[in-house]
Amino acid sequence: MEFGSLILQMLVFPGLLFTAVVGLVTSWVDRKVTARVQMRVGPPFLQPFYDVLKLMIKETCIPAGTSRWLFLSAPLFGIAAVALASLLIWRAFIPLGQTFSGDIIVILYLLTIPAMAVILGSFASQNPLASLGGSREMKLMLAYELPFVLAILVPVIHTHSIRLFDMLAAAPAVAKPSGVIALVVAMVCMQAKLTLVPFDAPEAETELTGGAYVEYSGPLLGVFKLTRAMMLFTMPIFLVAVFCGGIAFGQGWLPILLGVLKYLGLVVAVVLIRNTAPRVRIDQAVKFFWGPMTLAAFAAIIAAFLGW
Amino acid sequence: MSFAVNMLTRSLNVFHLGGSACNNCDIEIIDTLTPRYDLERFGITLVGSVRHADVLLITGIFNKKSAIRLKRVYQEAAKPVLVIAIGACACTGNMFQKSYNWNVSVDKYIPVDAYLPGCPPKPEAMIMAMVKLVKKLRGAK
Ligand code: SF4
Repeated sequence: MEFGSLILQMLVFPGLLFTAVVGLVTSWVDRKVTARVQMRVGPPFLQPFYDVLKLMIKETCIPAGTSRWLFLSAPLFGIAAVALASLLIWRAFIPLGQTFSGDIIVILYLLTIPAMAVILGSFASQNPLASLGGSREMKLMLAYELPFVLAILVPVIHTHSIRLFDMLAAAPAVAKPSGVIALVVAMVCMQAKLTLVPFDAPEAETELTGGAYVEYSGPLLGVFKLTRAMMLFTMPIFLVAVFCGGIAFGQGWLPILLGVLKYLGLVVAVVLIRNTAPRVRIDQAVKFFWGPMTLAAFAAIIAAFLGW
Repeated sequence: MSFAVNMLTRSLNVFHLGGSACNNCDIEIIDTLTPRYDLERFGITLVGSVRHADVLLITGIFNKKSAIRLKRVYQEAAKPVLVIAIGACACTGNMFQKSYNWNVSVDKYIPVDAYLPGCPPKPEAMIMAMVKLVKKLRGAK
């Protein structure tokens, strides 16, 4: 019984299915806001669903000379990891079961796996453009992980806990100046983690023609698209949980509405950054993350230790 | 109308394959994808890799050398894939018909689903071609 409900949680709510549906709705918000910024009408509400479902009926091409198993399984690693990360975050929101001490570390690890899956898939596909995309993705990952983890440390210092549930119970981290700095750093890292402009060098539609995904087609590409949409949902919700007090359930509608608004605010911030910034080169991105962003994160940590 | 056709016609990713076009048709394709016409309303987006494509937009003439590439690119695309020949060049060979290296029209190499004449066709004409293609697929008049 216990096992059965766990499987249900993993596959339906709040795991795979729920994350996928809300992720696709979020990607519609992304595309619609983008369209409005460009003074367009934008896609219909169900467009992201059509896009993914269409890919499910297409043929899967496996290029000659690939390592077949890695090529086929890489997208699945990514989607499994992000579904699991979302499950852990939501278990802290809604007391479905006990969360455990250290879940925030597990979530941090799980959130790196989608990028890893992209790297593996791109190298497995034996395409020069894909390998370029993969190597850029790897450099980007090395760049943003350091400031991201440092920024997440700030609420950990505030609450003296590595359990997500305790962070939701305590006062939100953004109430203090150190938390504000950390949130800004984490938001910039989130932009890179989602490989959105200005940090979309791994994909680079214009010169790498889709970069890491160039050889993927059909259902596998659909899984990658779904993973991206799910990340677009999971990352902001993670930041809302860690920095802004999350979404409070079980106290009427107002706190839930407030939580959703916080989440949408972060998403719209991501979309607006992506629409107003030009792409940076990969070396500029690494310099940016290892320089100013890491310093800012350190400053926030010191301020947090001093109790600000 | 089957589920597959419904999904395909609601989300068409176009891939632009230029033969030896004079570049005018290509510019008109780019014009069609600008915010003014906003093809994303109908789920039409431009993709960079032929593996992601549902529609190949081919422009210009395909001579003895580029025709081999045309065939290869068509084989690389994930099926089902549709082909629209854009411009008089791709449809008929236009003024290059008497040229030394033009031999036969594109539909001798790959199946073409829609022909869109014009030198170059207007963006409105391209949208019309898409609409007609979608209608044909969906089996409507
Ligand atoms: S049809 Fe006309 S505009 Fe188009 S490529 Fe040929 S010559 Fe150029």
